Parts: sequence; C-alpha cells; structure tokens
Amino acid sequence: MRRVRHRPLFLVGLGITLALLLVALLSLVWTPVSPSKMNIINKLKPPLAFGLLGTDNFGRDVASLLMAGAWNSLSTSFLAVALGASIGTAAGVLTAIRRGWLELVVMRGCDIIFAVPPILSAMMLAAFIGGGRFTAVIAIGVFMVPVFARLTLSAALQVWTRDYVLAAIGIGQSKLRITWNHVLPNIASQIIVQVTIQLGLAILTEAGLSFLGLGLAPPAPSWGRMLADAQTFLGQAPWLALLPGLAIALAVLGLNMLGDGLRDILDPRDQS
Amino acid sequence: MIAILVRRTMSLIVTLLVVSLLIFTVMDLLPGDPAQIMLGTSASPETLAALQHQLGLDQPLPLRYLAWLGGVLRGDLGQSYTYGVPVAGLMMERLAVTLPLALIAMLLSVLVAIPLGVQAARRHNGVFDAVAGLFSYIGIAVPAFWVGLLLIILFSTTLGWLPAGGFPGWDAGVFAGLKALCLPAVALALPQAGVLTRVARAAVLDVMNEDFVRTARAKGLSESMAVWRHAVPNALIPVVTMLGLQFTFLIAGAVLVENVFNLPGLGRLAYQALSQRDIIVMQDVVLFFSALVIVMNFLVDLAYLVIDPRLRAQAQ
Repeated sequence: MRRVRHRPLFLVGLGITLALLLVALLSLVWTPVSPSKMNIINKLKPPLAFGLLGTDNFGRDVASLLMAGAWNSLSTSFLAVALGASIGTAAGVLTAIRRGWLELVVMRGCDIIFAVPPILSAMMLAAFIGGGRFTAVIAIGVFMVPVFARLTLSAALQVWTRDYVLAAIGIGQSKLRITWNHVLPNIASQIIVQVTIQLGLAILTEAGLSFLGLGLAPPAPSWGRMLADAQTFLGQAPWLALLPGLAIALAVLGLNMLGDGLRDILDPRDQS
Repeated sequence: MIAILVRRTMSLIVTLLVVSLLIFTVMDLLPGDPAQIMLGTSASPETLAALQHQLGLDQPLPLRYLAWLGGVLRGDLGQSYTYGVPVAGLMMERLAVTLPLALIAMLLSVLVAIPLGVQAARRHNGVFDAVAGLFSYIGIAVPAFWVGLLLIILFSTTLGWLPAGGFPGWDAGVFAGLKALCLPAVALALPQAGVLTRVARAAVLDVMNEDFVRTARAKGLSESMAVWRHAVPNALIPVVTMLGLQFTFLIAGAVLVENVFNLPGLGRLAYQALSQRDIIVMQDVVLFFSALVIVMNFLVDLAYLVIDPRLRAQAQ
C-alpha cells in the first residue's frame, strides 16, 4: 500500500479512469436528456446557454451525447482489447512451449498484421460487411494480437528458465499445466499493464474509425462521429469540436497514466 | 555484412509476398461479390457478368492472385472502376501529397522531440522534465485528426492565416503547396513528437551515466558538448527504432488528417474508394501502405547494423 500512496501518476490515472467508467455506466440508466432527443429550435447553443454543454446542430444535448458516447467508446475498445489480448496471449505462451518453426511463423505473422493499420483493415471490412461495432472490434482487436503475442512470448521465455519451472518439469508436469500454473501467473502483471495502455490506444483508434463513419452506426452516439459532425460548424460552434476531443484525450491520458503507474507498482525493478 | 543483407532481403521479399497473398485472400473470403458491390443491386445480370469477367472473377482464386501479383510487379495495378483510369497513375498523383505530408510530419516531430527529450534528461526530475513529460503524455493522448480540427479553428476560422483545407497542387508553386500542408503536418507530428520525446529522454538518461560520457566530461568538454557529441548519438538507436515502429500510426493518422483537411492524398483516395465501393483501388492502396510499413521496418533494421557494429557481429 505504501508503494501505491507515493504514486501520483497511478492515483491520477486511476481517478480519471474510474470517473470515466462511472459516467459511462451512469449513461446506461440516466442522462440529463435522452441523447437522441432532437430540439431544432434550440440547435447550436453554446455551453451553459442551453443544457450544461450546449446543443449540436439537431439541438441534441451535448452532455448527454458525450455520456452515451463514453459507454460506446469504452465498451467497443474493451471488446477489441479483450479479443487481441486473449488471442495474442494464447499465441505467445504456446509459442514459448514449442519455439522452433512455430516461433518463426508467429513472429513473422505479427510483423505482417502490424503492417496493416486498423484504419485500413476496417475499411476493407467495411467495404464488404459495412461499418459498425463488429467491424471496429475486429479491426482493432486483430491489430492488438501482435502486441500481446510479442510481449507474452518474451516474458514467458524468461519464466521458462526459472528454477521452479525446471523443478516442475523435473517432477513430470505437462508443459500446458506448467504454462497455466507458473507461466501465466508470473506474466499476468505485465499483461495487465499492457491491457491498460492498449485500451487507451483502442479508444484513439475507435474514435478515428467513428470519425470516418466506420464505427458504431448512427444514431448510437460516439465521440468520433460527434467530431465528424462538428466539422461543418467549426466557425459557428467550435465547442462541438472541442468537447468530444477533450473527452477522448482525457480518457486516453487517464488510461496511459494508470498503465504507467501500474507498471511502476507491479514491477519495482524497472523504475525508469 | 553482405550475407546479412542478402538474408534480410530474402526475408523481406517473403514477407511482402505473404502480405499480398493475405490481403488478396481476406478480400476474397469476405462475403459479397466485388462486382456486385461495385455495381449496386440494380445492375443487370449481363453488366454484372461483364464486370466479373473484366475483373477476372470468373477465374479460380490462385489464378486471380497470380494475375494480380504479376500486374503489381509490372506496375499495372488494374483499372479504377469509378475513375476509369489506371490505379497506378491515380496513386502516384495522390502520393505526391501523402509522401511530403508524412515526411514533413516526421521531420517536425524529430526536431521537436530530440531537443525536448535531451533537455528533459539533462534536467532530470526538474521543472523542465515535468513539463516535457506532460507534453508527451498529452501528445500521446490526443488524436491527430482532432488536433487538425483545433488548428483549423485557431488558424483558419479565427485568425484566417492559413487555408482550412484543400490542396492547390504542386503546379501552383512549392510555397502554396507547403502552405496547404502546414497545418496537417503539425497535426500529424504532435502525437509522434509525444512518443518520441519520451523515448529520447529515456535513451539519453540511459547513456548519461555511461563511462564514455563521464570520460568526455572528465577530459574537460563542456556539459552540452558531452551530451550532444557523446550521449545523444548513442541514444539515437531507440529513437530510430521508435520512428520505424510508429510508421504504422503515422499512416493511420495521415488517412484521418487528409480527410479532415480535404487533401487529395492516398488516405483520402482509399476512403473515397470505400464510399464508391471501388474495391480494386482499396486493395492496391492497402497493399501499398502495408508494403511501405514493412520496407520501413526493414530499413530501420538495416540502419541498426550500420549504426551499431555490435549488432552486426551478433547477426552473423
């Protein structure tokens, strides 16, 4: 606990992330106004003039849209990272058992996947099956597989050289059992740190996809599409472009700080 | 050195082939007939069959792949369905926007990040370090396309200094072209600079306590001479690595930023091709971008071998 208290980075990151998560969950049961309710008479009102954060070009309440957008953005990103982390981790720890040609294939595969940015794979997917949450989750999730595969492979290989693993081999435990009992628990903290940081990246990417209309289908509110809609009114209503971007930046900032803070706490060896 | 070069080049070629095969197969496996998608649902069966034949869709997959690959190798990327011109020419035109944009952004980010990272490392744990740390945190967290919107609000709609978007073409003069690329490049550079500042700071901190830096100080070099002549060059490897790794993100950012600023670049071409369902153009642009990332990482790998003789020995 003392280690935690002396980490402002971790605490600030945790605070931002928890606040965001609360807002996102709250939006499922309550928003000031229904995010889809239009009010054309009161369109393009600046913050505080109508509602807390003003209204957009359809007179929808910006604060409510941002809240609902938080849920959509977080849930999409979470699904994508869950997909990437589970496949990537499985590939990484299994490769650590076998090595040899499997390692070569997996690592080359990682290089190749990493060469296609999610924005492009999402476009390819969208051309055939349309945009939407599924497209976004697959495009972002697949891109995260190499990140976790590389991380878990190198971490697992280190664990495989430890004495207690050698002892487990000695008493005849199967390699899969050793992976489950010894390797995974020992690399879990590194995976958790990476999940936190990749969540931030996923939120950024999801925003980009929604900005291009490849994310969640309208009328479901998303931060990225709010920015795309705001583009037409940059002169008239700059706050429409300002607020969703701030939300994205704050979310990513919080997650990155939390990730770095967690790394410092979980891995005391690396204090740089 | 030549043996390594040959081996790396072979592996580069294999990787590129696999990527092309992968992109081709994925596009093929996805549900939907490209010809049908391109024509829409109202097309007559005859038109559909004619386009299927023109695209070679009536051939089996391996043959189609080989035909496409053969074309790519000869510089024939097929015919754009919506523009009715060869895709290769279309892409070259657009590359004249995307390439300068990406290069200027890369240059800007390095020019900001290295001095900032080096100073932060020298004033380790001081106020400057904290400010630089905050800068990189914010830089990493903001989406480039949002920075683009903010720059438009500030410099175009409010101050009216720079165009909000569009590109006059290089025929209108280098200055006019650069003026149009100015804001997009800054938007693209900021997130990159955030990441690079962090890497540069950590790398310089790492080598600051090395013997050769201490020796440089001990022999009476000024502090900044010791840092810039001895510490910084040695800290460049992680920076170059990061520049290579970040290239994927630079391209993704360029696709978005081009759309914000209405720049007729490759990213915008891919996006337009998507809305017009011009599958061939999309396939070619995606292949081109992926190949670019792979070649970039290959060059970074080679750069290590040139910079660091120890790695050369290891690779042998």
